[in-house]
Amino acid sequence: MRFVDEYRDAEQAHVLSARIAALCEPGRHYKFMEVCGGHTHTIYKHGLEDYLPESVQLVHGPGCPVCVIPMGRVDDAVAIARADPDVILTSFGDMMRVPGGTGSFLDAKAAGADIRMVYSPLDALKIAKRNPDRRVVFMAIGFETTAPSTAMTVLRAAAEGIGNFSVFCNHVTIIPGIKAILDSPDLRLDGFLGPGHVSTVIGCRPYEFIAAEYGKPLVCAGFEPLDVLQSVHMLLEQLDEGRSEVENQYARVVPWDGNPRALEAIGKVMELRPYFEWRGLGFISHSALRMRDDYARYDAERIFDLPGVRVADPKACQCGEVLKGVLEPWECKVFGTACTPETPIGTCMVSSEGACAAYYNFGRFTRERVKEAARA
Amino acid sequence: MTTEPMTPRASREEQVLERIERARRRRPRVREERVTLAHGAGGKATQTLVEALFVEAFRNPALETLDDGAVLSVDGGRLVFTTDSHVVSPLFFPGGDIGELAVNGTVNDLAVCGARPLYLSAGFVLEEGFPVDDLRRIVASMADAAARAGVSIVTGDTKVVERGKADGCFITTSGIGVLDGEALSASAVRPGDAILVSGPIGDHGVTVMLARGELDLEADLTSDTAALHGLTAALLDAVPGGVRMMRDATRGGVATVLNEIAQASGLGVVLDEAAVPVRPAVAGACELLGIEPLYVACEGRFVAVVDGDRAGAALDALRGHPLGAGAALVGTVRDDPPGLVLLRTAFGGTRIADMLVGDPLPRIC
Ligand code: SF4
Repeated sequence: MRFVDEYRDAEQAHVLSARIAALCEPGRHYKFMEVCGGHTHTIYKHGLEDYLPESVQLVHGPGCPVCVIPMGRVDDAVAIARADPDVILTSFGDMMRVPGGTGSFLDAKAAGADIRMVYSPLDALKIAKRNPDRRVVFMAIGFETTAPSTAMTVLRAAAEGIGNFSVFCNHVTIIPGIKAILDSPDLRLDGFLGPGHVSTVIGCRPYEFIAAEYGKPLVCAGFEPLDVLQSVHMLLEQLDEGRSEVENQYARVVPWDGNPRALEAIGKVMELRPYFEWRGLGFISHSALRMRDDYARYDAERIFDLPGVRVADPKACQCGEVLKGVLEPWECKVFGTACTPETPIGTCMVSSEGACAAYYNFGRFTRERVKEAARA
Repeated sequence: MTTEPMTPRASREEQVLERIERARRRRPRVREERVTLAHGAGGKATQTLVEALFVEAFRNPALETLDDGAVLSVDGGRLVFTTDSHVVSPLFFPGGDIGELAVNGTVNDLAVCGARPLYLSAGFVLEEGFPVDDLRRIVASMADAAARAGVSIVTGDTKVVERGKADGCFITTSGIGVLDGEALSASAVRPGDAILVSGPIGDHGVTVMLARGELDLEADLTSDTAALHGLTAALLDAVPGGVRMMRDATRGGVATVLNEIAQASGLGVVLDEAAVPVRPAVAGACELLGIEPLYVACEGRFVAVVDGDRAGAALDALRGHPLGAGAALVGTVRDDPPGLVLLRTAFGGTRIADMLVGDPLPRIC
C-alpha cells in the first residue's frame, strides 16, 4: 500500500491546507465543481472538507455514471432481463439498486429474473462462454473510463465468434455533460476538478475550451486525498494569478493526449448517438455512445424489443439541480426523509459516489458539528 | 427557484438534519414487495426486516434486546440460547469451511454474551446430488471445531431438497451456554467507555470474495474463523465487572456492530480509523473493490466495550491470548452525537460511519 500511503499523509495535508487558506481572498467565496463521483467519494470518505476553509466550497458534478442514468433505461434493461428465461443480464454492482419506473435490478432479480453482478465486462463474456445456451447481456454504463473495456470485450467476442453475448450500451461522454452545466443559466462556478479516470482515456486536451471559451480553470485531479487538496490549491493559484488554464495534477497517470489505444477501441465499436437522456439534465445531443452497425449482432438494443418508454423523474426529485451544483444535497426537499439510501427516489442517493448518498452516509452533519463532536 | 428564507446556511442545514434524525427514529417498515439479497446482508435492510417483521410478530423481552443470544432464566440459573444459519460460497475456502464456520459462529454468539458454550444442534439442508465426500469433510471439520471449542453437538436434523433448490449445503446451528457472571448488554454502555477490537478485521470476508474467483486477484489470506470463548473468558476474568458488552463482527462488519451499539445505547461512538487493525492485503483488496474494511465480515473477531479506566488491562488480557494478539483500542463512547458513529479518518478528517444499506457493492470506477 506504500504507493497509496504517500498520498494520504496528514502532515502534508496540513501544509496544503495552510497554503490554500493563504490563497483565499478575504470575503470571497469560491465554488469548485468536482466533476467526478470518485472525487466526491474521496472528499467525504476522508473527511477532506475539514482541511478547507469555509469560503471554499466543493460541489458535486455530473460525473457519477450511475447518477445520470434515466429511469427509462433501467426499465429497458429489466425488460431485456425478463424477455425470456434464457437471458442473463449482467451489470456492475452499483446498478443493482438504481430505481427504474418499475423497480430496481434487485427487485427484478427477487421476482425471478437472472441478473448478476460482475466486476468487468470480461466477466460477463466469461459467463456467456460458460452458458452457451443462454443469452448474456452486459448493461454497459460509465463514461470514457469504462467504455474502452466494453469495446475491447466486444472485439474479443467478435474475434472468438461468441454469438450469445451482447451489450446494452449506455456509455456517456463527459464533455457534453460539462458543457450542459457551463451553459446552464443558474450556474456560478469558479473552476473544475477534472475527472482523473476519464482523462486517462481522453487526456486533457478536450477540456481546453472550458478555459479558453468559458474562462474557467480546470485541473485534472487524482483520487487520493492529497491529490484533491493539491488540485484545489492549483485552482486557487490560477485564480490568484488571473489565469484560466487546463492543468494536469494527475500527470503520473493522465497523458495530455489520452490513451490512443483505448480511444481507437471505442471508435471501432461505438459511435456517438444523436442525443441521449441524462437524468436530471434532460436530452443532450451527441452525449452518449451506441454500437456501430458493424457490431449490430452484439447490440442488445437491436436484438431485443425494448419498450423505450420515457419515465419522467419523480416530481420531488431535484437530482438535476444537485448535479448542476445549484442545490446542495441537503437542500433537496426529500433528502434524508423520503429519499434515503434504503429508499432512493433519485439516483444521486444510490451509488456511493452519488452526491446525496455520499453526503447522507459520510456527511449529514454540519462540518462544525462533526468536528466538534469528534474532537471533544 | 423559490425565494430562500433568510436563515443562515448552518442553521438551515441543522433543521434538515433534525428532520432526518426524526425520520430515522421512525419505526422501520419493509417497503419491498419481495425479499432481496440486501435483506440478508447484515446492514440496514436486514435490521429493518428483523425489527419490522420478526420482532413485531414474536415480541417478548428476551428477543427485544436483539443481542446475539437470548438470556433465559431457568430454575435459578441463567442460560444463553442462540441460533444461526450458514450459507457460504464457496463451501471450502482458505482457512476454513462451512462446517467449521457453523460451529464457531454459534460458539461465538454465546461467547460474546459472556456465556460458557455447552451444547449445539445442527440442521442440514442438502441439495440433491451433493457429493457425500464433501459432506463427510464438512462434518469432520464440524466435529473438530466442536472438540476444540469443548462443545457437544447433541441433536440435529437433515433435509434434502431437489437439485437447484439450494446451493449445495446450508447448515443451521443453535447453541446453549450457561452464564456464570453478569449478563452483558448494550444498555450497560456508558460515556467514556473504550472500544476494542480483538484483531485485524476483514480477513474472512475478503478471503471468501477472493476464493469465489470472481476477482482476478491473488492475496495470501486466510479466513479468521475461530472459536472465541477462550478469548472472551480471558477478557472477562481480567476485568471483572468492567466489560459492558461484546459482539462478534460477522456480516456487516465492525461498522455495523458499532452502529448497533450506538443505536441500542442511544450514545455516540467515535472511532479512530488509524487505530483499526487491517492487514495490508485486506486493505489493498478493499481499495481495488471500492469497499471499506470496516464493513467486511469477520468470523473470528469481536468488538468489546469496556470501562474506559480499565481499557489498558482489558487490552493486555486480549493481547496475552493467541487469538487476540492483534487486539487494539479503536474508539470511545460519548454522549454526543446520540445514536451515531463518527469516524476520525486516518487522513485527519471527520465523518459519519453509517450502517451499510445492503451488500457492500463495489463502485464502478
Ligand atoms: S435527495 Fe434524492 S431526490 Fe433529492 S436530489 Fe438527492 S437523490 Fe435526488
